[in-house]
Amino acid sequence: MARRNPENPTPPFDAAQLFALAPQLRELLKGVSQVELEHFTMEIGDLDLFIPMTGTVASPATADAPGTVVQPPVKPTDLIRESYTKVTTDFPGRIREVRLGATKAEGGSRRHSITIGGATAPAYSDPARPPLHSPVISLDVFDMPVTLPRVLRENVADVIEDPAEWAKMNVQKFGADVVTVHLTSTDPLFRDASASAAVKTVESVLQAVDVPLIIGGCGDPRKDAEVFCAVAEMAEGERLLINSVTLDMAEAGILERVATAARDHGHAVLAFTGLDLNNAKELNRRLYEYIPPEQIVMDLTTVALGYGLEYSFTIHERARYAALMGDTELAHPTISAATNAWAAREAWMKMAPEYGSRQLRGPVWETVNALTLLLAGVDLFLMMHPAAVLTMREVIPRLPAVGNAHAGQIADWVGVRL
Amino acid sequence: MTPAAPKKKKSIREISPIDVYKLLPRTNCGECGEANCMAYATRLVNGELLLADCPQVHTEEYASPREKLEILLAPPVRTVTIGTGDYAMDIGGKYVLQRHDFTYHNPTPIAIDVNDLMKEEELIERVRRIGDFSYNYIGRKLTLNAIAIRSVSNDPEKFRNTVRTVSGASRFPLILCALDARVMAAGLEAAKGRRPLIYAATESNWKEMADLALLHNAPLAVFAPNDLALLRSLVATLLACGIRDLVLDPGTFPDEGLGDTITNFTAIRTAATKQFDDLFGFPLLGVPLTVWAGSELSEDVLKWREAITASMLISRYSDLLIMHSLDGWVILPQLIWRFNLYTDPRKPVSVEAGVRTFGRPDTRSPVLITTNYALTYFTVESDIKSANLDCYLIVADTGGLSVESAVAGRNFTAEDIARALNENNVSSLVSHTTLIIPGLAARLSGETEEATGWKILVGPKDSSGISQFLRDRWPVES
Repeated sequence: MARRNPENPTPPFDAAQLFALAPQLRELLKGVSQVELEHFTMEIGDLDLFIPMTGTVASPATADAPGTVVQPPVKPTDLIRESYTKVTTDFPGRIREVRLGATKAEGGSRRHSITIGGATAPAYSDPARPPLHSPVISLDVFDMPVTLPRVLRENVADVIEDPAEWAKMNVQKFGADVVTVHLTSTDPLFRDASASAAVKTVESVLQAVDVPLIIGGCGDPRKDAEVFCAVAEMAEGERLLINSVTLDMAEAGILERVATAARDHGHAVLAFTGLDLNNAKELNRRLYEYIPPEQIVMDLTTVALGYGLEYSFTIHERARYAALMGDTELAHPTISAATNAWAAREAWMKMAPEYGSRQLRGPVWETVNALTLLLAGVDLFLMMHPAAVLTMREVIPRLPAVGNAHAGQIADWVGVRL
Repeated sequence: MTPAAPKKKKSIREISPIDVYKLLPRTNCGECGEANCMAYATRLVNGELLLADCPQVHTEEYASPREKLEILLAPPVRTVTIGTGDYAMDIGGKYVLQRHDFTYHNPTPIAIDVNDLMKEEELIERVRRIGDFSYNYIGRKLTLNAIAIRSVSNDPEKFRNTVRTVSGASRFPLILCALDARVMAAGLEAAKGRRPLIYAATESNWKEMADLALLHNAPLAVFAPNDLALLRSLVATLLACGIRDLVLDPGTFPDEGLGDTITNFTAIRTAATKQFDDLFGFPLLGVPLTVWAGSELSEDVLKWREAITASMLISRYSDLLIMHSLDGWVILPQLIWRFNLYTDPRKPVSVEAGVRTFGRPDTRSPVLITTNYALTYFTVESDIKSANLDCYLIVADTGGLSVESAVAGRNFTAEDIARALNENNVSSLVSHTTLIIPGLAARLSGETEEATGWKILVGPKDSSGISQFLRDRWPVES
């Protein structure tokens, strides 16, 4: 069973170095720090007004007609005082907690383990129920050169040939909580690299960094099964997250092999399905036969903004709500590949000047993708651009914190000189 | 809250077509376009048709059942109209908290600000830019929607002149922003016939603003920064004054106050849609422009913050936004996200597989293939149409997955492509045997040539490049 960490550790990272890597975004997100607590009082009263409903038909959009306005008989001379009491909803379900990575004491070699999940309410819906574990960020490493948009490539150009160095940079410069190693080279349609070569790559990354790892396959169910089993055995006890297991594996009769290898060697699995909750539930049911539910994370599919982000947003809202209402087959933490945002042409393409530079458009695309699914309750994000990562790091702790708004700060926004 | 009387309001999800049918004329006249009143009732509770689509129920004879229907079908978040005529915009009108429970109506309009210290040429130029900004997204033109005029001078005459200039230069709906009622009165006089949104009634000016809203029959925003009890008090008071068209601004606090902002917006919309709290049953106004208030950060940083604040507020129930930045990289994600979020979540993720014909193709025209994921298909379709190409497009059934996902997940393989060519009898359409596959499926080209016997051309990775690709590579030399 997973041991719980009260807080997910944040590795130190050097903001100055980070900004140097993205010069256009210099100073971006460097916060104005004013922390002052403001308490707001609540008055309890019983005044309730009866307001007649006036129907769906839009109010007449006629021009000013002062003469026709019927004044109500008695107009209040003083403010009618109403109270506000927040209505709190109790949900019968809760999201399971899944531990990623294992320290020496836990049987691995990571400096920290990280726990995700544990939500008891929809994300940021109730300040009294903040997320038990803050969402975390994983940065990608590929084991062979892949096509990346220029805005992304320029940040990692020096390490793109070396997964271990790339992983190190992700942790030291970009502050990754977790590193994802994509074993793209194992694809039979690309290099068809062997399972033993993949094992070596993972070994080198395990030695280079001490954060939890996610191990990504190539998408070919049979090859992935072979590679995952070999990696799981080598990395005994490290509590890797195997990305991913699918219904295709179940169909091919190899799901059992992968899931039991993960279980026997102390890892977690990522159950991937394509925007379909029935499939997500079915895959989880199949997995329960082989591996404890506390070792299952879900990937419900992240689509880019403009290419169907709304499907991802809604599938995550639905899954989380159903789980909180008691559907235990969906009560697993979720991950989102926010990097998929870069599939959208608006993220990488040079466009007419009125749409701005892609140096900014690209990172903002990844950021909006991630923030949108953060609001839908996602627990772990796979990301790439430093500015997107920094923004998430800034926003994640702010969302559950209330009492920091200063009315005075915005009271006169109308009169601001710009 | 503790309401004294039990609320009789039903959620739209609980209303059955029978509830509605009983109140309809039941003449099966067909004027709504449906075969009978029961079919109309079903589409009405699904939000696919409006009460306005039934002419009979709007006659004198049906006044009483109509009123009952209006109450039954009223959204818990009121619809408020800003502007007049063809340029009027409806905001709010929400039935549910989460879009998957029904669908969201009235996509969040985005207003961009101007102010009364701007010189006339500067003002007209900015108004022109606001009106001109647009983006062609899968065949739809996405635009900005409104202009917010701020009184920075606090001088009634300056505000009046600015409102007059903007009114003359644009037909967009207006939001007049001034917290001083004298200034607002001057602005409203210059916007006669425009039904602008008055921003805003506050604890200190509500009496004067209420008089102005009644006098001009204009909707009124209520501003109570981070004070929901005060917001409810102001709403109760303004309702008692006889004003129904209210818009709520609980304050948009960027940076440290982001948690309060999202919490307030969520609490208000939850109370309105789940508890049918009448005092919160109004559209919400988000003001990402507040990132510019009192901050000394560089412009690009503020724009970045405005962009992320806006996108979160679109997701978290904002029915109207006021922004400052006009930069494409800030605006574009908002326009696209808004468009996406307000589509009907009940519509399928996939389109029908088969062959689509574009333009007037003949036997020598190119044949392309893509997947049946709705947004993949619509993107390709839009690019082919806007380039006026004559071609065939095979839509392969990948279970609604995009090209990249389908290739990765083996839902789009050489065998699938061969099957699509056969099932659609493509060889009867053209005299050549060349197929253009998506650039993202490049790795399938060798296998596909073997599986199909066709010559495979690897097309561009993004369908925006199809037109250029065909100019360079078509026809293929034999």
